[in-house]
Amino acid sequence: MKILTGNDLRSGAVTWWNGSGWSLFVDDAVDVGEEAEEILAREEAARRVNVPYAIEASIDAAGHVRPAHIKDRVRALGPTVRRDLAVPTADKTGWDWVI
Amino acid sequence: MYRYDSYDQAMVDARVEEFRDQARRRLEGKLTEDQFKPLRLMNGLYLQLHAYMLRVAIPYGTLDSRQMLMLADIAEKYDRGYGHFTTRQNIQYNWIKLEDAADILADLATVEMHAIQTSGNCIRNISSDHFAGAAADEVVDPRPYAELMRQWSSFHPEFTYLPRKFKIAVIASEKDRAAMRLHDIGVRIVKRDGEIGAQFYAGGGMGRTPMIAPLIRDFVPIDQFITYAEACLRVYNRYGRRDNKYKARIKILVHELGAAEYIRQVEEEFAHLLSVGVEPPREELARIAAHFADPAFVDGPKTLDRSDPDFALWVDRNTHRHKHDAYVSAVISLKPAGGIPGDATAEQMRVVAKLAKDYSFDELRVMHTQNLLLPHVAIRDLHAVWSALDAAGLGAPNMDTIEDIIACPGLDYCSLANARSIPLAQRISERFAETGRTEVVGELKLKISGCINACGHHHAGHIGILGVDKKGTENYQLSLGGSEAEDVSLAKITGPGFDEDGVIAAVEKVTDVYLAARTEGERFLDTYRRIGMEPFKEALYGQ
Ligand code: HEM
Ligand code: SF4
Repeated sequence: MKILTGNDLRSGAVTWWNGSGWSLFVDDAVDVGEEAEEILAREEAARRVNVPYAIEASIDAAGHVRPAHIKDRVRALGPTVRRDLAVPTADKTGWDWVI
Repeated sequence: MYRYDSYDQAMVDARVEEFRDQARRRLEGKLTEDQFKPLRLMNGLYLQLHAYMLRVAIPYGTLDSRQMLMLADIAEKYDRGYGHFTTRQNIQYNWIKLEDAADILADLATVEMHAIQTSGNCIRNISSDHFAGAAADEVVDPRPYAELMRQWSSFHPEFTYLPRKFKIAVIASEKDRAAMRLHDIGVRIVKRDGEIGAQFYAGGGMGRTPMIAPLIRDFVPIDQFITYAEACLRVYNRYGRRDNKYKARIKILVHELGAAEYIRQVEEEFAHLLSVGVEPPREELARIAAHFADPAFVDGPKTLDRSDPDFALWVDRNTHRHKHDAYVSAVISLKPAGGIPGDATAEQMRVVAKLAKDYSFDELRVMHTQNLLLPHVAIRDLHAVWSALDAAGLGAPNMDTIEDIIACPGLDYCSLANARSIPLAQRISERFAETGRTEVVGELKLKISGCINACGHHHAGHIGILGVDKKGTENYQLSLGGSEAEDVSLAKITGPGFDEDGVIAAVEKVTDVYLAARTEGERFLDTYRRIGMEPFKEALYGQ
């Protein structure tokens, strides 16, 4: 599936398109299909997100959204070497799939 | 230490207000990201994987306790309680909000600091020998010359849009502790027949095409040295390639023209500039030099009580000979076994600031090895200093050992990375500390970069590791035989890459080969240079 991500303009925090706005949690990301370009242009122009882009992702067996590229998986949770600073998430298995 | 005069302060203050306005316009949508990006980069503000990243300049790595305390306050107030000290003797914060950035710059300006020219295609922070002003082997303190260059290069209108970034290092000893010949311009201050002058090297660098800078002028009289630097920059600015980012550094120009032709053009420009008169007046250098006068060293004991073996080991490893024999320079390791190289918490910064104030004439240094340094510690105070450092987790006795790893932020933070660097450093330092092999192996400089940009100096590592992307997974190339010191050389790749576990095992194998082959007194690098790559390859890839 295709999902959208970027950084929040004010805080720089990593965000994911959830269908109506931008969430801090990768699990909220939704498949945007053919609409990617249109949403990206609209949201960036409205300054609701900074430098957003579309990426490939899949849903794993437990129902969690898993970005295809390692870089976006690191973005999804935070630095692997500072798990204390990770994005708070309900997904306890998160670190198992980052790398 | 240099103190801002009213011009310096006014320039920095004006810049803060200018940036405040730019950030406000970005937040209000009056600037697009494309318009804003070059403006924020001119103020050291990057967008990284998890947030904005702010790089603060620490000119030639020198700072005082007041500045270190401010760095700690910023870490706590605007970031997540820590900062990362870098190979260019700066500090980076990883979790900055755009809406706070102007306030941070305003706070920095109150202690004579800024983030100007820490990014972009301009002359970056000038780096220098971390032992400057303290080392027994220096000709003079190189920092007044570095400071003069800083003033000349700050907001230099002609050099604000160079073909590419430009990094300068200034040293003043035969020993090179600043990777001088791996800079775009390397300057060594020398003395000939009683006269001070500057030796110039140009066209060095790491990155995707590593090169060692050739000597381009053996002696420039000191009252012409800014003029000569200007000539070097002018020729580069005129002919450096702007069409291709990967060929835009001065190293490519010097390489393609050939050193002789580059020198010819620089000499021609130099002669012209001498006739124009661009050199700052001599009084300016004298004014600056007065700021770097020696502190009031006093005589004291020259020996110490070595009965505590942990203390004795730290003294042997982490202290460096001082020009005054009742003092030493003491390295504060930011490399605890299993830790993140170069990271320090706000509390640690405060401990270090207090030690500087109490025991080192209020002076601190950032080392290009991602460590900190107390430059002037009386031998009689060493035990107290060590005890305080040790209690704060800053007492690792591992300078220049395999635990003293340089690692760039890599894929844990950096948007350009192919692979993570930090976890390798953590696992290797932990492994060697646990097995007690660190001491056995002795001096061994291991440097790790997460991509070809080489921020972690892997080309200059006795052992270098480069992270590459192998079909979406992390992979690591191993190289051997590099050095950033006076015996400068570029490391050579051993062969096919490894995965994370594989490269850690490979580092151990390589040290096995060294231990088996070394002769009395040989460092890893010496043994490698004597026996060559083959035995290492055999151990790594042979059946
Ligand atoms: C995390 C954000 C960073 C970014 C985006 C970044 C980007 C880059 C890039 C693009 C280059 C290649 C330049 C070129 O060859 O033209 C480079 C080189 C370099 N960077 Fe970084 N870097 C980052 C962090 C760091 C850090 C944390 C350090 C210090 C540990 C550092 C120190 C250096 C050094 C020493 C070089 C090599 C300079 C040379 O080519 O001679 N950088 N960086
Ligand atoms: S070497 Fe590459 S991965 Fe490491 S900090 Fe530099 S640009 Fe980032």
